[in-house]
Amino acid sequence: MQQPNKLSPFFENLNFERDDNTMVINFGPQHPSAHGQLRLVLELDGEQVVKAYPDIGYLHRGIEKMAENMTYNEFLPTTDRLDYIASTSNNYAYALAVEKLLGIEAPRRAQVIRTMLLELNRIISHLFFIATHALDVGAMSVFLYAFREREFAMDLMEDYCGARLTHSSVRIGGVPLDLPAGWLAQMRNFCNAVDYELEHTYNALLQENRIWKMRLEDVGVISTEDALSWGCTGPMLRGSGVAYDVRKEEPYELYSELDFDIPVADTNDSYGRYRLYMAEMKESTKMIRQLILKYDETEPQLMAHAPQYISAPKEEIMTQNYALMQHFVLVTQGMRPPKGEVYVPTESPKGELGFYIKSEGEPYAYRLKCRAPSFFHTGLLQEILVGTYIADVVTIIGSTNIVFGEVDR
Amino acid sequence: MRKYVPKDNVQGKAYYTDRYHVVPSTPREDVSSDEVFVKHLEILSSKVEVNRAEIQLGSMIVEINHEDNFKALEILKNECGYAQLTEMSAVDYLAKDGNFEVFYQMLNLKDVKRMRLVMRIEQGVAVESVVPLYKSANFAEREMFDMFGIVSNNHPYMRRILMPDDWEGYPLLKTYPLQGDEFASWYEVDRIFGKDAREAIGPENRDPARVDRHDTKRFSRVGYEVEFGADISQGETKTAIEYSKTFLVDYQEADGVKPAEDRK
Repeated sequence: MQQPNKLSPFFENLNFERDDNTMVINFGPQHPSAHGQLRLVLELDGEQVVKAYPDIGYLHRGIEKMAENMTYNEFLPTTDRLDYIASTSNNYAYALAVEKLLGIEAPRRAQVIRTMLLELNRIISHLFFIATHALDVGAMSVFLYAFREREFAMDLMEDYCGARLTHSSVRIGGVPLDLPAGWLAQMRNFCNAVDYELEHTYNALLQENRIWKMRLEDVGVISTEDALSWGCTGPMLRGSGVAYDVRKEEPYELYSELDFDIPVADTNDSYGRYRLYMAEMKESTKMIRQLILKYDETEPQLMAHAPQYISAPKEEIMTQNYALMQHFVLVTQGMRPPKGEVYVPTESPKGELGFYIKSEGEPYAYRLKCRAPSFFHTGLLQEILVGTYIADVVTIIGSTNIVFGEVDR
Repeated sequence: MRKYVPKDNVQGKAYYTDRYHVVPSTPREDVSSDEVFVKHLEILSSKVEVNRAEIQLGSMIVEINHEDNFKALEILKNECGYAQLTEMSAVDYLAKDGNFEVFYQMLNLKDVKRMRLVMRIEQGVAVESVVPLYKSANFAEREMFDMFGIVSNNHPYMRRILMPDDWEGYPLLKTYPLQGDEFASWYEVDRIFGKDAREAIGPENRDPARVDRHDTKRFSRVGYEVEFGADISQGETKTAIEYSKTFLVDYQEADGVKPAEDRK
């Protein structure tokens, strides 16, 4: 215990153990590189971490409890607040789970728009990762460049749905809006810009940067067994040499029609994962280019036709009595999916984002469980931080790419 | 008369349900319709008692007795190739059937198959921890304990994870109200100011939509303006609404501002 007096003040984040000469240091929850509200209790022997204990829950809002007390459509904007860096992927994962429960499928044009938005969100999220990861490690300039491109991507999102962070751009059964005029041309320009910047700015700044490599190579090594056992998904799993991507293995939306590769790194370290994120952005722009071509071939219908669950288009509501009655019931009471349970996995930028929904035939979900990738990646920290040096702790946290809206829910 | 609200389930409910409403079910298939799942089920049922098995919306659901959970997961991991425990948690059926349903969501990466191992447990019964098999259960079991109060035996660190350590009550139970219970409304007051301050501060308002008619600190009252924090429980006096005068500014003219009625 500390015994503070005038000469030795009380250190509120430190605790010196007399008997085994280790020091307990409290990292966060307000640390700038804790990526939100992560509190890590680290036991240090000199500069080496002996024990790490991630303490989470500072952003717990009871989203799963809220889901039980909201109708299915009411809950959709709440999913924005899970992974707030790429909120469309949450909206989509939730909408897909409900659609699977209802047994409906979005029309073709909605699928094209959704897939395009998902990949745009992946770019937004990955740019954010590169920016903050580099900032944590000490490369300030990458942050400025990556946020410039991210700003363009958020402008595109804003042009589509009016929001920059909390998009709610997907509905159960389709999308609410068609693309605005000129959006696809801007999107194409953006893809070209990202490809150019990836090659000439980020790669040029980081890829062969000596300091960057020294800070990342062989840091945060996760063996394949550990990655599987700890429930790692997404880039964390592919960074450990397992080629599993939900988009490829269990394709949803239009991914089965698109031509794209799954980058895999077998170095198991932070540098491999960084390379992976860069490669994935390239694949995303490749996919968006293919989707732009597909858009013109589609019919203009945006929402699925399922009058029992989904309101008719506005023109029908305004002109047909029965459509208006159904709309009234759906708005005031909410849709009632069939009795059953479903777990639907999707590949969000952070990993496997899945929603488990248990329905008892009521307008309120009986139980909704959000399988957030970051939650399991945070659990992994207690193992991979042990034995590393305190300077690498920040690198490893950055490399796991955790977002606390999703961890704490 | 006050409307009857069941105490054992305070979840949101539909305000109206049609008398003739029949609840449909999602399509269920027999396990024999999928050749990969059949193999996995055969291996599992040869060693563990299986109560129910079906395929629902593409994934297999197998119900076992809760004593066999570790053994069943061991078989699934080592013999059926389910390398990942994607998720695990519980569903509260205390009001309906008097028990919890605990589920383990499994992923087989080689065959690309997902299955759910399901078991029912009574309240107060602990389950065996599966952390030795899947480390992802470490956080997931803690979350299950935090939210439902289901303890996992032999877990390396069985403590609350999302809620504070000294929290009382389990938030995801159907008996727990959305706004929190009595304990929740005093928690921050007690922790920050101490129990002695309860009377001075009062319980925390945990309902964001609550409107207090007599609160003059947070709510304005047009036409009945009073001092900030004034006591209006005995009624307040009406104040006439004064509207500001409208001026039209003609920037073309050199002398600038003129009241609207003068501009004739």
